[in-house]
Amino acid sequence: MTENKGKVVSINGNLVSVEFDGNVSMNEICYVLVGNTALKSEVIRIKGNVAQVQVYEMTDGIKCGDEVEFTGDMLSADLGPGLLGQIYDGLQNPLPVLAEQAGWFLERGIYADGLDTEKKWEFTPTAAVGDVVRAGEYIGTVPEGPFTHKIFIPFYLLGNYTVKSIADKGGYTVKETVAVITDERGREIPLSMSFKWPVKRAVKCYSERLAPVETMETKVRLIDSFFPVAKGGTYCTPGPFGAGKTVLQHTTSKYADVDIVIIAACGERAGEVVETLTEFPELTDPKTGRSLMERTIIICNTSSMPVASREASVYTAVTLAEYYRQMGLHVLMLADSTSRWAQAMREMSGRLEEIPGEEAFPAYLESYIAAFYERAGYVRLPDGSNGSVTIGGTVSPAGGNFEEPVTQATLKVVGAFHGLSRERSDARKYPAIDPLISWSKYNSVIDKEKLEFCKGILHHGDEIGSMMKVVGEEGTTLEDYITYLKSEMLDAVYLQQNSFDLVEANCGKLRQRYVTDKLVCILGSDYALQSKDDARSYFNRMRQRFIDWNYTEFESDGFTKAESAIDELYREGDGNLSAPAEKLLKDGE
Amino acid sequence: MSVNKVYNRIESITGNVITVRATGVQYKELAQIKTRFGKSLAQVNKIEGDLVSLQVFAGGQGVSTGDEVRFLGREMRVSFSEDLLGRIFNGSGEPRDKGPALTDNMKPIGGPSVNPTKRILANRMMRTNIPMIDMFNTLVVSQKLPIFSISGEPYNQLLARIAMQAEADVIVLGGMGLKYDDFLYFKDALSKGGALSKTVMFVHTASDPTVECMMIPDMVLAVSEQFALQNKDVLVLLTDMTNFADAMKEIAITQEQVPSNRGYPGDLYSQLASRYEKAVDFANSGSVTVLAVTTMPGDDVTHPVPDNTGYITEGQYYLKGGRIEPFGSLSRLKQNVNSKTRKDHRALMDAMIRLYSSYKETLEKKNMGFSMSRWDEKLLKYGDLFESELMSLSVNLPLEEALDLGWKILADCFEKDETGIKSDLTDEFWPD
Repeated sequence: MTENKGKVVSINGNLVSVEFDGNVSMNEICYVLVGNTALKSEVIRIKGNVAQVQVYEMTDGIKCGDEVEFTGDMLSADLGPGLLGQIYDGLQNPLPVLAEQAGWFLERGIYADGLDTEKKWEFTPTAAVGDVVRAGEYIGTVPEGPFTHKIFIPFYLLGNYTVKSIADKGGYTVKETVAVITDERGREIPLSMSFKWPVKRAVKCYSERLAPVETMETKVRLIDSFFPVAKGGTYCTPGPFGAGKTVLQHTTSKYADVDIVIIAACGERAGEVVETLTEFPELTDPKTGRSLMERTIIICNTSSMPVASREASVYTAVTLAEYYRQMGLHVLMLADSTSRWAQAMREMSGRLEEIPGEEAFPAYLESYIAAFYERAGYVRLPDGSNGSVTIGGTVSPAGGNFEEPVTQATLKVVGAFHGLSRERSDARKYPAIDPLISWSKYNSVIDKEKLEFCKGILHHGDEIGSMMKVVGEEGTTLEDYITYLKSEMLDAVYLQQNSFDLVEANCGKLRQRYVTDKLVCILGSDYALQSKDDARSYFNRMRQRFIDWNYTEFESDGFTKAESAIDELYREGDGNLSAPAEKLLKDGE
Repeated sequence: MSVNKVYNRIESITGNVITVRATGVQYKELAQIKTRFGKSLAQVNKIEGDLVSLQVFAGGQGVSTGDEVRFLGREMRVSFSEDLLGRIFNGSGEPRDKGPALTDNMKPIGGPSVNPTKRILANRMMRTNIPMIDMFNTLVVSQKLPIFSISGEPYNQLLARIAMQAEADVIVLGGMGLKYDDFLYFKDALSKGGALSKTVMFVHTASDPTVECMMIPDMVLAVSEQFALQNKDVLVLLTDMTNFADAMKEIAITQEQVPSNRGYPGDLYSQLASRYEKAVDFANSGSVTVLAVTTMPGDDVTHPVPDNTGYITEGQYYLKGGRIEPFGSLSRLKQNVNSKTRKDHRALMDAMIRLYSSYKETLEKKNMGFSMSRWDEKLLKYGDLFESELMSLSVNLPLEEALDLGWKILADCFEKDETGIKSDLTDEFWPD
């Protein structure tokens, strides 16, 4: 806290103008004093001796002349052991701690430390006295849940330092000094296990940024096979309301093949966070065998919580993601929804009376979105290990129209696009990712040629479907009609997936490859079908057996049995493998 | 503190907003203004130095530059006690019926939101005996759901029917821009249905001042929250939220805010969300469930009000042609309860909707004059049965009977493996 003080001179919504003496910096944190409470705020514009600050709380009751205290610090996150399993608001206040202090409601002006300052962590030093260290290198570790949490030289220290002393193995709190380092001029800097980092700055303590080539399995067939996401990559999920964005993210957060998941519930429903909070502690992480909550951090700034901290919440989330990436872990950060974050910027921009861009969004919308997604990446760390931050953001376009500014700005910078469609969700085809408009630049878990084969059937089937709307079923040849049925079946048994069934929702890549081969065989065969009614009834039965197969545990007895039921029906229909399909299946072996 | 400090000079009057030069005034503080038509409340909504803007509840009409403005040193509040039950108030909290004004136990309105970690998972079904709700889009205690509708649909009738049939301890009804006829209809229907004694109404009719319209949801929700904290399951009925949004638009434009979409203020989403998010299930206490009519100008779901609402609420009921449409309607929380009702509930619901969607496609083909295949004929028969026996709003059936009827309709029209339902369910439930 500096001695710098100011006085309120105007109030408009959550934008307050403050007259000050001395120096104030952009994005500095200050507190507006109202009665006995201090309301956290951030400087967002300075003109002469007036700073305009956005208040992270309701501004009711503020009056002109109220005192303001400037802190000299930017909005920062506390980094250190004890972040995993936490539920924070957008400013990194642990919500359970606030509940202990204030009860049912989020009373304003109550803040709490991001990290538990009482808890002792078992520290093991890894550096020795005399070692030369730099920012981002580590000097010790503590166990945190299933992970080895590294204790870093703070990311903000520039240049080389020498370890002067380091604590013995033992229990320490995050505030106790565990090491003293000296800079090149011999000045001593004591280090504890935690430090602060300004959330709006990307952490860049890595040796090299690598291309994202490793697929991140989500266990959703439509994503992993058709529109995959890479570790260190970015993707967006725009869709109208009710199309299943949140359910899809929720499924991803449960099954994704990563070490840590950080969920930023940004301006969305509180009920959805409650679902995660209720469900996750009960679920097991298949990788570690421990509670799923131990690999999860939730940043929760729901729609009725103050809008300025909503803007901060995505930055807080991505900062925590970068921190764990520095330990050589693979982190998935999910933001739901980036549109609410953009709207928070729009609200402030409006109050600042900036000249509005398209749909009143500020002109800097695109560059802010680009900078945010650029914080994803697959990196090589100073110790030679690799870590990644993958960012997936939902977008809630006004009116479900993808032409709007937030969707368009996002599509420019992401590596995969999962566009959800109203038609598919209305027809209860979940996940409602539209296979005809979505795309991905990353590597699929299934063979490329087989993927093209399947996509070909989908596109061909769609063409026939549109044609049929004009010329009718009777105007369609039997051959085309069968192709149409095949594409419908592919959609029903592979693209659609029940995310509420434990077996069906968790479809790993081995199974996806296995099932794709079976599909290539069935869809790539000719059948002795005499009429359209025959064809429809045949593929209905085939679809039914395939769905039953999907619900069996992979490689179980039930699985083998259900598979032979499919094979039996295949023989019944005199299935005859076509040459291209036969070649595909041979090549794949 | 400016308690009871009186000002006699109004600097400007634009629409319903006036400005006064005053010091020591708090943001959102209330003032009382005395005009030739009587007294009205006004609320501070902007302070720039000593220039204070206030929105006048009774409107700006007839306000004179010499009228007296007295700051009250407090924010908007509402009285809370059991005495509220059976009573009717306006947006300023004054009685609209012949009962006495209530001033005890004043509670602030528009309070902070509930800590998400103190909420519990919505997992209790609220039965309404309307199959399109109970079976296909189950209403869940603490859910917030709008009823999307165009003007002219019987949405207020639907709301009244839900009020009378739903399992709730207290009903709080908020009317915004309500036609006087509709106000009378609600009063009449609830008293005939015997629900008036558990109902509180806050009503703004179309002829009342705009600013009062904006207060209705906060008054309603503050009262509901208090009842919920006293272990009551409260059902909030709001009609019509589009009027509420239009009132906000009017004030925002008056104050020269930069509009975002179709003139609505940029914070429309946050404003609507802070109201809807008051829906809650408190651990070891009561709950607030919100049903809010949102009329869609021109049946356009992409209009900013229904669009933003859809992103906030946990689904929506889409009222069209006097029926709750299965497409477009969605209860996001139904998964939390419909696995516990009966094991065939989910699968049957999904299959019936999927087939109904195919029926709609077939109907389109038929209307274009294409010949119908055997499959098409089956779908047509199915669609007719579905619409007449389940969709009609006149159907009143408990969930279990509705499910049995669903299986019967399927069996009347299809073979088992044409339904796409898992075989073990069809084996058990398929009627012979």
